[in-house]
Amino acid sequence: MTEKSVLVVGGGIAGIQASLDLAGRGYKVYVVDKSPSIGGRMAQLDKTFPTMDCSMCILAPKMIDCSHHHNVQLLTYSELKEVKGSPGNFVVTVQRKPRYVDETKCTGCGVCADHCPIEVPNEFDENLGMRKAIYMPFPQAVPRAMTVDKSNCIDCGLCQKMCQAGAVDLKQEPKETTLDVGAIIVSTGFDLFDSTRIPTYGYGRHKNVVTALELERLLCASGPTGGHLIRPSDGKIPRRIAFIQCVGSRDRRFGTTYCSSICCKYSVKDAVLIKEHEPNTAVSIFYIDLRAFGKGFQEFVNRAKSEYGVRFVRSSPGEIMEEAATKNLTIWYEDTVAGRIENQEFDLVVLCPALIPRHDAGELAKVLGAETDEYGFFKAANILTSPVDTTVPGIFVCGYALGPKTGDIPDSIMQGSATAARVAEILESV
Amino acid sequence: MGEEEPKIGVFVCHCGINIGGVVNVREVVKYAKTLQNVAYSEDNIYTCSEAGLASIKKAVKDHNLNRVIVASCTPRTHEPLFRSACREAGLNHYLFEMANIREQCSWVHAHQHEKATEKAKGLVRMAAARATWLEPQDEPELEIKDTSMVVGGGISGMTAAVTLANQGFKVYLVEKDPELGGNLRRLHKLYPTMQDTAELLAPTLNAVKASKHIETLTSTLVSDVKGYVGNFKVTVTQSDGEKRDIDVGTIIVACGAANYTPPKGLYQYGVFPHVVTQLEMDELLKNGKIEKPPQRVVMIQCVGARKGEIRAVDLAGFPKSDTARLLSKILKAKKEEGWPYCSKICCMNAIKNAILVKQKFPETDVIILYGDVRVYKEYEDFYSQAREHQVKFIKHIEEVRPEISHGLDGELVVTAYDALSGQEISLPCDWVVLSTPMIPHKEEVILARLLKIPISSDGFLMEAHVKLRPVDTQMDGVFLAGVASGPKDVPESIISAKAAAARAGTLMANKKMRTEALTSAVDEDQCIGCGLCEEICTYSAHYLEQGKSHTIAALCRGCGACAAECPRRAISMQHFTDDQILAQIKAGLMEES
Repeated sequence: MTEKSVLVVGGGIAGIQASLDLAGRGYKVYVVDKSPSIGGRMAQLDKTFPTMDCSMCILAPKMIDCSHHHNVQLLTYSELKEVKGSPGNFVVTVQRKPRYVDETKCTGCGVCADHCPIEVPNEFDENLGMRKAIYMPFPQAVPRAMTVDKSNCIDCGLCQKMCQAGAVDLKQEPKETTLDVGAIIVSTGFDLFDSTRIPTYGYGRHKNVVTALELERLLCASGPTGGHLIRPSDGKIPRRIAFIQCVGSRDRRFGTTYCSSICCKYSVKDAVLIKEHEPNTAVSIFYIDLRAFGKGFQEFVNRAKSEYGVRFVRSSPGEIMEEAATKNLTIWYEDTVAGRIENQEFDLVVLCPALIPRHDAGELAKVLGAETDEYGFFKAANILTSPVDTTVPGIFVCGYALGPKTGDIPDSIMQGSATAARVAEILESV
Repeated sequence: MGEEEPKIGVFVCHCGINIGGVVNVREVVKYAKTLQNVAYSEDNIYTCSEAGLASIKKAVKDHNLNRVIVASCTPRTHEPLFRSACREAGLNHYLFEMANIREQCSWVHAHQHEKATEKAKGLVRMAAARATWLEPQDEPELEIKDTSMVVGGGISGMTAAVTLANQGFKVYLVEKDPELGGNLRRLHKLYPTMQDTAELLAPTLNAVKASKHIETLTSTLVSDVKGYVGNFKVTVTQSDGEKRDIDVGTIIVACGAANYTPPKGLYQYGVFPHVVTQLEMDELLKNGKIEKPPQRVVMIQCVGARKGEIRAVDLAGFPKSDTARLLSKILKAKKEEGWPYCSKICCMNAIKNAILVKQKFPETDVIILYGDVRVYKEYEDFYSQAREHQVKFIKHIEEVRPEISHGLDGELVVTAYDALSGQEISLPCDWVVLSTPMIPHKEEVILARLLKIPISSDGFLMEAHVKLRPVDTQMDGVFLAGVASGPKDVPESIISAKAAAARAGTLMANKKMRTEALTSAVDEDQCIGCGLCEEICTYSAHYLEQGKSHTIAALCRGCGACAAECPRRAISMQHFTDDQILAQIKAGLMEES
């Protein structure tokens, strides 16, 4: 092989870090992402602990570094289809889904979307906001190109007519690209546990029961409500908010017996953010064990209690009832410290769902020939000594694709860099 | 460029509604056009998006701009991005200026739209005044030596060394103890696989020994560090007092951590011999020192952790001579009151030892008194295993410190409050095991001083950015591995060591780098060689030679302390000249005409 090259599957923060480290040392890096833009989950978050930098503000420069790097080639809206070969000499096939827009011509001006008559919920906003059938998932998307969602498109051709750049091509076909790479990094991230599986919590039935990721979008100034925390049923500002931990995590009923590792921490962060938005809003966090491990988190919890007056209730609530008229919610729970069955009314309830493997993680594992663990996350070759190696030599894994070994964003970044080191170890010795 | 008339382009960002929802951005754009030397102005929804950057590049070309101002957010996150856009447009990136109209305007004046708009105009006016005086700068290019030093020979240090050696880099592995292995040598087994630590260490130890690229220096301390990224000169001192200078391009700090031991008498530690720390229990189990089956073992979590206050400790502000005093002050205070953070690994470690006791003595009652069981990740299953082994977990009221006393038959008795029943409980037992946190140790603080890297409020070494740059430090070319930056378990330590090796490797593979041109510059004609600048510089960036002061550009962080101190005003800061700053201040004080 004349040039050292690497395939990174998944362009979230872990994959971006691995890509930048490897591109920085002169390797050619191909980043494949299924979505129209790189950025992953971190792009959806409002602010990040403990600096309270807005997530997008610190992520976007890295996304752009990645796309501008002369050693990086982004293959967004694409999927890995086939892998052959061995470490140092993999041949991979990537399918580029038709975007129906020529990335090289599109300027992202958005005129097409202005004229598109079809409006559908925006996945990026956890379906709380709307987008058009031709769309950019979020304003800082990289690459800056529109995408036609053909499942909702009515082929009216208005976008094509309006596009000054001649970028729209509704006849685009899927394309396959073959790449020679020396190593592969998997950084495909996570999905969220489907909260409707716990019917007593009423998610999907009770309008004011939302997930934590939905809350992130509601808090975000670039989100569907412009950063106004209002409740979905009536647009009113919620004055009593509850967070419920371990929705699907640590739960034998669903096989997700592990701790998702991040929920306690982001809940405390969100609670503080809410208090900063609306100091008069009362926030309660229902928890089983408050797992505020990791640099600075215990201190942050102390502050949340003493400075912001966030209330912590040791309980895994049994049921959430909705009052038909007001759409207010009553949580029934056992306060295990007080030893009493209690109920309390709230305006908004935030569920913290378990982080689970991507729905297609099994499929990808099959393509790679890699093993997954009992939960469906990518299995580390040795959880103690080779924590970012998959069971296949030359294929590495970082970020939440590894499961809850990843505590948070710095963990994902360290793992991203660690996979870059593993790749360099292999490719420098070939 | 100096001869050329300044032609400034101003790009005002809406930042979605972050700025646009408060400041009247279009009005600011209109106002900017009226300012002297401003040739072009526009607004962008997100100037940092690809569209925004493309727009800057286009405008530079179309309007022949030779200065660019972006009025948006903080330069801390976004200046590099806009600078690179300028570079891509063919403009020296020191001709870029930023006005922060978000953090310093729209966010803090969210309810005063008109005043915020006026302030934004003022900030843009100030930026334009400074931009007029900006000059292109050359960034010095440095050679990067492709050798590295890893300080600390525990699992993290060894892993980092092997990772770099496997990429062909020469590595000096420096360990203060006579042998490699670090803290793990004291531990018995590792959770959750219950692997022997010796077994885990062996392959890495062998790889270190076998590598022709690694030179191991045991019983050796780092005693001095000079130089800068790519060109460090490290003095190491062996136990026999012999010194050696080693030139390296990068340094990885893997100096580990210590274990907190309670002061004598706290929980009767040091008074009753059967009150031990969890680490001591590890050693007892490892060496088979518990022969008689105990009736009961009580473990107490968070002894010396999650207690006390946070206080900011920034060594950079302390004179060199005071390090030892400061250090002893911190350690002494913390010895009494404990450390504020959660040490992360103690819950799993207690469970591990609880299971080991149960495996050896199935009849022994093992009780863990806890505040929260923080078995994160898949360790939840490990927690379940403990319960299957009949290990009992009692949530106690943490605010009331459990008391240890002697019972009538000479046994130990732990008295605590059960948080769930509210009742006082009294637990006779043979052993009390205190789970104590990892704490920063002496070497760490001394290294921080030598390497000029700050310390976080928890006493551990501070990352360059806690979120985005977890293994980088403020000092270019110096990286962190393992528990030097805070408590981690073995896989996390190995990951951070690999990450540090990746970061160092990327730097060294490039063989060269450019550094920021924002440095101090000495006017030799004015310099009287008084040496004040050398004395005041925290970064050792000034030195005197032949009666004149000189700057080592690679070490200078551009703080400006020397320029302020210089009695002859012989020092100026490149890219922050007096002319630029005065123009900016004047514009700030000027009433809008």
